[in-house]
Amino acid sequence: MSTLATLGMPEIVAGIMMIALTVYALLGGADFGGGVWDLLVRGPRREEARALVANAIGPIWEANHVWLIVVIVILFTAFPPTYALLGTLLHVPLSLMLLGIVLRGSAFVFRSYGARDDAAQRRWGRIFAVASTITPVLLGVNVGAIVSGAVGEAATRLPRAGSGVGAPAASFADLFLRPWLAPFPFAVGALTLALFAFLAAVYLTVAARDAVLREDFRRRALGAALAVFVTAFGALLLARAQAPHVSAGLLGTGWALPFQLATGGAAVIAIWGLWTRRWRTARVAAAAQTSLILWGWALVQFPFLVPTVHEIRGVAAPRVTLRLLLWGLAGGSLVLLPSLAYLFRTFAAARDVPSEVTSH
Amino acid sequence: MSDLLAARWQMALSLGFHIVFAEIGIAMPLMMVLAEWRWRRTGDATYLELAKRWAKGTAILFAVGAVSGTVLSFELGLLWPGFMAFAGPIIGMPFSLEGFAFFTEAIFLGVYLYGWNRVGPRAHLAAGVIVAASGAASAIFVVMVNAWMNTPVGFTLDAAGALARIDPIAGMRSPAAFQQCLHMLIASYAATGLAVAGVHALMLLRGGSPAFHRRALGIALLVGAPAAVLQPLSGDISARVVAQTQPVKLAALEGQWETERGAPLRIGGWPDEATETTRWAIEIPKALSLLAFHDPDAEVRGLKTVPPADRPPVAVVHLAFQAMVGLGTAMALVSLWAGWTAWRRRDLGAQRLFLRALVLVTPFGFLATEAGWIVTEVGRQPWVVQGILRTAHAVTPMPGLVVPLVLFTLLYAGLGAIVVALVASLVRETRAQVVPPATTSPAGVPGGAA
Repeated sequence: MSTLATLGMPEIVAGIMMIALTVYALLGGADFGGGVWDLLVRGPRREEARALVANAIGPIWEANHVWLIVVIVILFTAFPPTYALLGTLLHVPLSLMLLGIVLRGSAFVFRSYGARDDAAQRRWGRIFAVASTITPVLLGVNVGAIVSGAVGEAATRLPRAGSGVGAPAASFADLFLRPWLAPFPFAVGALTLALFAFLAAVYLTVAARDAVLREDFRRRALGAALAVFVTAFGALLLARAQAPHVSAGLLGTGWALPFQLATGGAAVIAIWGLWTRRWRTARVAAAAQTSLILWGWALVQFPFLVPTVHEIRGVAAPRVTLRLLLWGLAGGSLVLLPSLAYLFRTFAAARDVPSEVTSH
Repeated sequence: MSDLLAARWQMALSLGFHIVFAEIGIAMPLMMVLAEWRWRRTGDATYLELAKRWAKGTAILFAVGAVSGTVLSFELGLLWPGFMAFAGPIIGMPFSLEGFAFFTEAIFLGVYLYGWNRVGPRAHLAAGVIVAASGAASAIFVVMVNAWMNTPVGFTLDAAGALARIDPIAGMRSPAAFQQCLHMLIASYAATGLAVAGVHALMLLRGGSPAFHRRALGIALLVGAPAAVLQPLSGDISARVVAQTQPVKLAALEGQWETERGAPLRIGGWPDEATETTRWAIEIPKALSLLAFHDPDAEVRGLKTVPPADRPPVAVVHLAFQAMVGLGTAMALVSLWAGWTAWRRRDLGAQRLFLRALVLVTPFGFLATEAGWIVTEVGRQPWVVQGILRTAHAVTPMPGLVVPLVLFTLLYAGLGAIVVALVASLVRETRAQVVPPATTSPAGVPGGAA
């Protein structure tokens, strides 16, 4: 593997950033997925399902959210030109995503801790649910715009910073709208939404103590698995036309086949686990499936952070910064990982205790 | 409105919004832990009730602080890509450490809020202590970044004007770092402590449960009053560092146009940028030289030493500085009053005049904080990195920035109104406070973590 031999500090830092993004998807993503189910659930046990979602994410969503901050901080410390480029060209969808993040978090605490009257509760619940649904789509749109190469293409037409010379024939729409306002990024957005909803439903089958509620979420998880399949297939079809190097990378390269097989295998195990009510197996497999999809994306665009203009090595900060960052990440992890383990153990072991959190 | 101005307004708005929640997130956990500690020590269930009430308020305010902080971490790139592309490698380090401090804070706040029945008493109290400590640590790391923008060190510039030979650790220990972190931390305790004291003073004046609100008042003043008394001293350190490292900022905040020895301190007044004079100020002879350099005949550099294009908006900075000092002085005086009354063993909760004064200063700390940020941020203009990078060169090339400005203004106005209404309703609930029997156990108190 000649590529592996060339791995240096920039690639290691990029790998850690990707790990943080994966954990964000697995934890923070599932919290958004919980909000999606808050929106979608129907039927007689609707309020019970919503209470289950609220109890499951209540103690942990803020910690899970911080993984996104970790990704951003690594990006702007280790790869400042890429952070600047993405902030510039994806200003619009990133700002919209931020609105979603703010509304989701605020509405959730307003509902949990705020006024007790039903009308206000319903209003916050609705805002929480809608924001939880829109935000993952926008997250996916941003990722899709990067991976498709459209952001990189627009970057070549951006006026040089400081020189004040505008590149010819690059309109506002060319630079700031077209890279993301296209079918492929939205297909990735739909896939992200389906994945997060799938993860949440699978996790909730483990979290639910009530057998009927658990069956409800089993059914929802199976439905979401189908949605993941359909949206992934749709994204791949669109990639052939709009992001050719993506489909080439996913289908044509040497590592592609084993990777595809592993992803597909995880999906099959997740569905089998749900089907046969092996909840914990399904949870592990669903997490593995999501991680493999994310790492498939990472491998497709390696060694680029932004295909095809920002190579990891080319945009990395000086070695001294990377070395300090790695030390900081190592030291931080020594505090962080035991703390996280403590948080999850505290609230996973005690789910049998009726929660004192009254969300409705 | 130009795109640059829109970007500056959006950043100012976002920071100005976030900073209030950040201060509360630093000081409120300390108060809530003190209340819980008093309960565990004395068995007085009123303290438990107080800890839970404060925890509920903290939960709301912390969440809004967390999401508005997330917005800021993106806005650095959305609005100031030129700044981040330039400075990321050197200021990324304190931001990374801040990320971990924030992580710890979020984790243990979850444990604290939802763990009343799930972790042991010591673990619960410890979780609260960790939240309070990591909140303070977050503030220190973030303010280090701002201090570097004011007094950039730890690098050389190469021929192309980019950073070279950087030393991120030296960047974290910039000349302004110590005094800015100190000033910000003390401000957080003073502003939050006195604001909470003011709210409970109001409830006492309106006939709320004396047992409940007097205990609350005691803890809030314990946190807020010493900080408010110490803040003028920390301000003196700040002013001296500014005098040495950012003479133009000092000149702007004092309305000092001419370079002179034995410069006077100006109270009030209006700096007129057209005539380059400060009118209608009360001048105390030699006092500025004395305060800024501890020497009555020291030379103070005037604004005229730099061309008008390199000066900050003088009137805004001068007025904001006057406002900060005035508000801080009022807070210090009320705090001294509290100390004097307590020292004479008078009952603070029964002094109606004192309670009214506390109610009056409720918002002063937050207003002073906003004024202080205007001083340090507007006072640094036209630079984003003092003397190195101009704000105009750091702004995004994306046009139409007034649109996101309007959007985020509406969002924050709405959020602010909702938070105020929610906190007010939490406070109103305490009016009907029935103090539970003194032997209530930690478990089984309704409304605990919710």
